[in-house]
Amino acid sequence: MPNLIINGRNMSVDAADDTPLLWVIREQLQMTGTKFGCGAGLCGACTVHVNGEAVRSCQTAVSEAVGKQITTIEGLSAKGDHPLQKAWIAEQVPQCGYCQSGQIMQAAALLAKNSSPTREEVIAHMDGNLCRCMTYARIQRAVLRAASEMRTASTGNDRRNT
Amino acid sequence: MNKHLNRVQGEDIGSASPLSRRHFLIGTAAAGLVLGYAASSDLLGVDQAIAAPATFDPSVWYSIGEDGLVTVGKADMGQHIASTMAQLIAEELGSKWSDMRIALATNDPKFNDPTLGAQITGGSWSTMMNFDAMCRAGAAGRVALLDAAAAMMNVPASELTVRDSVITHAKSKTAKTFAEIVRSGKITKTFTPDELKAIKLKTPDQYTMIGVSVPQLDIPFKINGAAKYGIDTFLPGMVYGKLVLPPVRYGATVKSVDDSAAKKVPGFIKAVTLDDKTMTTTGWVVAVADTYQHARQAADALKVTWDHGPNAQVSSESLLAEAKRLQKLDDSGLFFVKTGDTASGLASAAKVLEAEYTTNINIHVPMEPMNATAHLDGDIWHIYSGNQFPTRSGAIAAGAAGVDPKHVVLHQTWLGGGFGRRLDGDMMVPAVQAAKAVGKPVKVIYSREDDATMDFSRPLTYQKLKGGLDQNGKLVALNHDAVSAWPTKRWGIPEFLSPSVDKKGALDAFAVNGSDFFYSVPNHHVRAILNEMAQQATPSGQLRSVAPGWTFWAVESMVDELAHAAGKDPAQFRIAMLDGAGDNDGGAQRLRNTLLAAMGLAGYGSLKLAKGEGMGVACVSSQERKTASWTACVAHVAVAPSGEVKVKKLTVATDVGTAVNPDGIRAQVEGGALWGLSLALYEKATMKDGGIEQRNFDTYTPLRMSQMPEVAVNIIANGEHATGVGEPTVTVVAPAIANAIFNAVGARVRSLPITAEAVKAAMRA
Repeated sequence: MPNLIINGRNMSVDAADDTPLLWVIREQLQMTGTKFGCGAGLCGACTVHVNGEAVRSCQTAVSEAVGKQITTIEGLSAKGDHPLQKAWIAEQVPQCGYCQSGQIMQAAALLAKNSSPTREEVIAHMDGNLCRCMTYARIQRAVLRAASEMRTASTGNDRRNT
Repeated sequence: MNKHLNRVQGEDIGSASPLSRRHFLIGTAAAGLVLGYAASSDLLGVDQAIAAPATFDPSVWYSIGEDGLVTVGKADMGQHIASTMAQLIAEELGSKWSDMRIALATNDPKFNDPTLGAQITGGSWSTMMNFDAMCRAGAAGRVALLDAAAAMMNVPASELTVRDSVITHAKSKTAKTFAEIVRSGKITKTFTPDELKAIKLKTPDQYTMIGVSVPQLDIPFKINGAAKYGIDTFLPGMVYGKLVLPPVRYGATVKSVDDSAAKKVPGFIKAVTLDDKTMTTTGWVVAVADTYQHARQAADALKVTWDHGPNAQVSSESLLAEAKRLQKLDDSGLFFVKTGDTASGLASAAKVLEAEYTTNINIHVPMEPMNATAHLDGDIWHIYSGNQFPTRSGAIAAGAAGVDPKHVVLHQTWLGGGFGRRLDGDMMVPAVQAAKAVGKPVKVIYSREDDATMDFSRPLTYQKLKGGLDQNGKLVALNHDAVSAWPTKRWGIPEFLSPSVDKKGALDAFAVNGSDFFYSVPNHHVRAILNEMAQQATPSGQLRSVAPGWTFWAVESMVDELAHAAGKDPAQFRIAMLDGAGDNDGGAQRLRNTLLAAMGLAGYGSLKLAKGEGMGVACVSSQERKTASWTACVAHVAVAPSGEVKVKKLTVATDVGTAVNPDGIRAQVEGGALWGLSLALYEKATMKDGGIEQRNFDTYTPLRMSQMPEVAVNIIANGEHATGVGEPTVTVVAPAIANAIFNAVGARVRSLPITAEAVKAAMRA
């Protein structure tokens, strides 16, 4: 019976090793923020973080995730106030909203490594995430806005530290 | 004209509208104050009316809780329409925006749209049809609260003012909040239709909510995973269903099911062969198991054989060949437009041009695959599924269950994309019949492959146009034959069909809308021709914007071809025909102005373009003639010698009359423009051996972020009545791109999607 660490909590799950992580998270643990879109790694709706990397949970066997730090949209921030989530509100990004958990998780992995991505870097990083409502322009603006706010916040911290 | 169109006119919810016969009831119920339209003025009151909706049919639109929160109900698929409805109520009610909430409706008739008499979200109708009714509902609530506050404060109501959910008496410096008034529990009021109509609504200069980009109410829970879609349903004791589908889209029957291998899958419960009396599905089997993973494995292990049925040979090629055959017949189809005499007009024309335009099959593939969860509790079926047409889908569920529709409660959820796909109710059938077979609640989740191959697709279309120019280059005659499946006829609801202009039969106007354009052409015929082969084999559905997505492709391409043939600038050629003569008065001028706006914003005819680049225009009156939003697009493209097209910029202008939430409109128009681009260049489905060949996003490829050009959106709000914006922009982009390609390299493409090969071939031609 695999043990998973999801959003910092240990969770014991009853699933065969080759079960996609997606179905364990969604249907067994009922953490439904992570979405099923294609089952083939083509749309990004199921994106979660495994050890900080954005992965497609529909293409990740539960056995591959054992012992690793898994983060879902529910665990991205304590109060839904990650800079990306705030930027998503400021830019009024979601329409139907279904792909947005995956979009935000995909973007969060980028900003964790690159706090000042160019527009081209954002596009290259986000191109695997489909949005059928085609909110792409707002997604792009929101990622750049969040990056800018994270930089401002960290500059502010640096100043306070010195 | 469709009957539903008689109900659309926004100006005065006039004599044709059921609203004019409705009372507005306000009363105290368990949850607080309930306010809504009702068919009867019976003094039993709101509580009883709600308890017996079958008798009283009150359309409960909103409630005000004892906490002062105002809750508005509506099906919403992501276009924030519930939020827009809430904005209209808040404008007149005087409630604070942060006190507004939205709730999703069930298929209980009490939630019926008072204008359409059913619950349906589509056609970009919601704002246009409900603007006046929602404002009036808000105003009636304000009047009732004012009267109650006046009594509580013992002052004349005329001395009170309402703002931000507080009613203030300035003279005595006292105030009551909505919450306090509702808690007093003393409000009962009925407005007769005349009293309701007599309420003086605000004039635009008094608006404080309409025209303001307030934050959409449904966004905060869509950024943290909290929004619950149909697929997120969980019920105690629930098991899972995975479909096993025949290789043909429609018409197959199951010959045998061998579950010997499936029985070895842990958790496997049963293979259920659907017996669908509604004929929504054919030849479907559901593998039921304790988990979805096990259901998937069991589905893979089931060995099902089918009789492939009558459509097993149908392909995109045979559908097109049949369409061409039908178009050639003199007695095909029914007239949707018959103005003047095109035969003599064409005979006397100085120049005649003929062209064929086609579109391939397109599928919806919303990001949330179809799904439904069904649970029989006593004699009531509870179904959880995001749906755009609960009234019809509830009936399909009832048909699948073999019960009267009043025994079905359809619980609405958020929709992970609608685009017309969720107007259909096929997902109800496997959920209900699997749940019935295993005696437990069942959640059926379509795989992406199931969702793609069993889509109710935008049909393959074939249109032939023949136009005649006089010696001055003026378009004097146009014949337009449009051959397709008829998506809305499939519903079997007579009210959604329209008599042909010569009363020889009923046609599906939703298959030809848009061809009745606002250009003045003295002789103009449109024949709507049903491709019965496609109707049987595909079967088609409503894909965002429906017919205008193909009729304007043909019309706006043909008009461009005619302009070039006449030696005129295509934009000026259009403007000359938008003269507002006769029935075109009003609409034509608005469309002309919108086109001029887009031209100016894009620098049409003034910007110097590089070699291989061009700009093209198109302008449309989507959706229906009576529900048009006036939309124009200038596409700026660069075409490589290989024929590859790069869209550099789309400039869109749309006249929406009154903008309730400008940013919300902008979001819809941005998305619509990209949909139009995606359909123009990137999306193509094909049928082979009766089945859709594209099964996932590797072969069916909607636009991705890297393919997005600059999109400049310009909203024109000129004070006319509010129009819908969910769809029109979808229809204007493809012809604008094709026209730009012609202006760039002289290549005319007439088939969607546009491919580099087709452009290159046309360059050589």
